[in-house]
Amino acid sequence: MELLLASAIGVLIAAGVYLALRARSFDLILGLTLISYAVNLCIFAMGRLAPGKPPVIRDGVALTLTNHADPLPQALVLTAIVISFAMTALLLVIALRARSAGASDHVDGREPGDKA
Amino acid sequence: MNHLPVLPVVVPLLAGAVLALLHTAPVNVRRVVALLAALAQLALAIALLRGAADGTQTVYLLGNWPAYAGIVLVVDRLAALMVLLTATLALIGLLYALAGQDRRTPHFHALFAFQVAGLSGAFLTGDLFNLFVFFEVLLISSYGLLLHGGGANRLRRSLHYVTFNLLGSALFLVAVAVLYGVLGTLNMADLAHKIAQAPPADAVLIQSAGLLLLGVFALKAALLPLYLWLPNTYAAASAPVAMLFAVMTKVGIYAVLRVYTLLFGADAGVGANLAWPWLLPVGLATIALAALGALAANSLRRLVGYLIVGSAGTLFVAIASATEASIGAALYYLLHSTLATAALFLLADMVRRGRQHAGDSLRRVDALAHRNALGLAFVLAAVAVAALPPMAGFLAKALVLDAIGAQGHGAWIWTVILCSSLCVVVALARAGSHLFWRGEESPDAASSAGLRPPLPERAALGLLLLSSVALTVFADPVTQFTRATAAQLLAPQALIARVLGAQPRADTDAPP
Repeated sequence: MELLLASAIGVLIAAGVYLALRARSFDLILGLTLISYAVNLCIFAMGRLAPGKPPVIRDGVALTLTNHADPLPQALVLTAIVISFAMTALLLVIALRARSAGASDHVDGREPGDKA
Repeated sequence: MNHLPVLPVVVPLLAGAVLALLHTAPVNVRRVVALLAALAQLALAIALLRGAADGTQTVYLLGNWPAYAGIVLVVDRLAALMVLLTATLALIGLLYALAGQDRRTPHFHALFAFQVAGLSGAFLTGDLFNLFVFFEVLLISSYGLLLHGGGANRLRRSLHYVTFNLLGSALFLVAVAVLYGVLGTLNMADLAHKIAQAPPADAVLIQSAGLLLLGVFALKAALLPLYLWLPNTYAAASAPVAMLFAVMTKVGIYAVLRVYTLLFGADAGVGANLAWPWLLPVGLATIALAALGALAANSLRRLVGYLIVGSAGTLFVAIASATEASIGAALYYLLHSTLATAALFLLADMVRRGRQHAGDSLRRVDALAHRNALGLAFVLAAVAVAALPPMAGFLAKALVLDAIGAQGHGAWIWTVILCSSLCVVVALARAGSHLFWRGEESPDAASSAGLRPPLPERAALGLLLLSSVALTVFADPVTQFTRATAAQLLAPQALIARVLGAQPRADTDAPP
């Protein structure tokens, strides 16, 4: 499972970087979204991968991480998801406004090679 | 428990929320609320500084959770100093905006307050993930503020700026996640404690997380090669926003100071002195390139942007020596350069509006209204920022050079800093002669009183220049304070012991 998750994070980051470097506003936003997915998975994995261990305290089970999943990375991921979600929404608005203000969806507002 | 440490975050947050609700109210109501909040913030910051000045390190447990489970706020000399700097600049920026720039968007005051809350929170927090959250708070408001005023150019710059910072946040999260995965905590003092005891097997992961963090902070502070976004972004922002942004780059410098003295300081075992070997060469290259950028800048605001980049480079070079004298000098330089560049941003805005068509462009000649007054203010600010005597900049740079002294790389550092200072003097002199001498006094200056900068704007600029002068006059107590701050930073054991030993208050006043 570690290998699967690690390569998923790697592939997501690679795809995200590729899309971000295409320098078109829509591709850029998709790329940043993929990167934030990868980062969220990465934080999540830092709580160790273990099936069948809910982060819920139950009676009669000792309060150690051998019996429970670590709840903190899940809380961190939640914060990170909310923040990246809001950022993506904002970036979409900015990109749409920039697209309607200029003639190009290139992130510089003009096609490469065009002057001024 | 004394609740003072959390108030500099709570007050602007509440004020921002109220201001957001008041967005349909008359602008004067919003102005009164915003001004009251800014004044309260300044009073709180002064109270914090008075409490921290004797070396007391206050630990505040948010929600009364013990330090290992909750988030702590830490007030020491450095945090209090930075909060005070932010509060001062926020008040002055607000004053400047009162003249009419705050009318352009209904949410200006709310965003401004949120940004102050984010800045203060970033300076006060003692938790690495919480630092990320406050970074986001201040960034989100800065996105809104950058768009303030509208226009295609601002939109495009915002797109770049937001993208850069989103990538920075992603890296920050990866670094935080790795540190948590290896060490199992995010409290900075606890991290410091655990990094010092980490086995060599974890060294690679800890060091790579530490260097990733350095990359993120370098992006915030605009260090080579991550500074390219800054001059254009700041040139696109409106003046009160740009001057608040002048503190925002200092957040990166603050974070480097905090993290690499506390977590990766001299006693940090496998992570000892992680950042310093990187900061010196990169800082020097940043200074050199920023000087060239300043020479090549085609508008006054872009020139000031490069001056900010250069000041960040100087700060990092001074910090990289990691001695009490050099960090003390760096902090004094930080105060001075923030005030001086903020003044130049306001001045650039006044010049831009005083010239009819050319704006603040340095390529075109245009008549300028109120040439003499603006020119005099420009001379003051330029002398301060170019580190010429008798202003604080000269003292600060002399202190930095003296503190670096003739250690191994001393000759290189002296050469680069002095040559770049010369370039900055040339660039500023050229900008000044172009703006104020080659153009004529605007013929309709006397008749069009509307062109005269309104009173709040002049007051704001005056206050900034005055505080720059005050920094020179009171150089002795201020440098003693910054030196004591540096001493406190370089001996983090006291802070670590305090945070780890902080006990939650017994629940005495709970309802029966």
